[in-house]
Amino acid sequence: MHSPMEQFEIKRLLDFRFGSFDASYTNSALWMTIAVICAFLLFVVGTQKRALIPGRAQAMAELGYEFVANMVRDNVGNAGKKYFPFVLTLFVFILFCNVLGLVPYSFTPTSHIIVTFAMAAVVFVGVTIIGFARHGVHFLSLFVPKGVPFVLLLLLVPIEIISYFVRPFSLSIRLFANMLAGHTMLKVFGGFVVMLGLIGGWAPLAFIVVFTGLELLIAFLQAYVFAILTCLYLNDAVHLHH
Amino acid sequence: MDASAAKLIGAGLATIALAGVGVGIGNIFGSFVSGALRNPEAAPRVFGNVLLGFALTEAVALFALVIAFMILFVF
Repeated sequence: MHSPMEQFEIKRLLDFRFGSFDASYTNSALWMTIAVICAFLLFVVGTQKRALIPGRAQAMAELGYEFVANMVRDNVGNAGKKYFPFVLTLFVFILFCNVLGLVPYSFTPTSHIIVTFAMAAVVFVGVTIIGFARHGVHFLSLFVPKGVPFVLLLLLVPIEIISYFVRPFSLSIRLFANMLAGHTMLKVFGGFVVMLGLIGGWAPLAFIVVFTGLELLIAFLQAYVFAILTCLYLNDAVHLHH
Repeated sequence: MDASAAKLIGAGLATIALAGVGVGIGNIFGSFVSGALRNPEAAPRVFGNVLLGFALTEAVALFALVIAFMILFVF
């Protein structure tokens, strides 16, 4: 029987190698491309008609747009309007990668830590730059909680600094580990179905059916969590402590 | 003790973190249900926060999973 980790293997589809630099087109890149094409079809082609009474595709696109727009407005306020396209792009890309990964025999790009870490690192570096650009050196007051006695500050400031630098790791590991764990679990229970055969195999099969539904919820939830944490970090950088 | 046996024991020990996560997730939904029964009108408004708390708590369990995988496959 195949190992449950085999589904995460990266295969080269088209070979591009420049000296020691490997830029091959892999199955991970293929599914990222498919995710982008799906997002393009939904948001650009789906809203092409601009009907007053939206059809199914247009209604879906408008729903997603409003969902993220409300999220940015509630968490960052009007100053967050500038960053809305970035948050929407992140949310839609992660959502499509996660959901397309649930299709049998497909590949989930977000189940690889380097993919999620790249996105989290962009958020982290971007937020830090925005903070320094808006507040200058005053941005460092983010690490100093207000109304705390000096003795306690000696303890709290290092904790605040550490928690700030852990952000990209927790953000990326959360998404990657959720995808990895869900897909591994489905595969392990798939193995149980084969092992138990016709007599007892229906029990794990029923579990897989239920768990696939939960995985759909998690696919959406993780995209939501990634986007909302991006909003919260942006809020920190734009408004400091409020 | 054999190093590979110690590895398996270590990976098993890493799953102890699930105890805390179980308490956490139970606490989130338990508090939500008791709050929702007291004030049913407010329930839909906080459900987003419930899901956020659930996802953040579940992530702690997955950190333990990552540690277990690192013990098993990296070292």
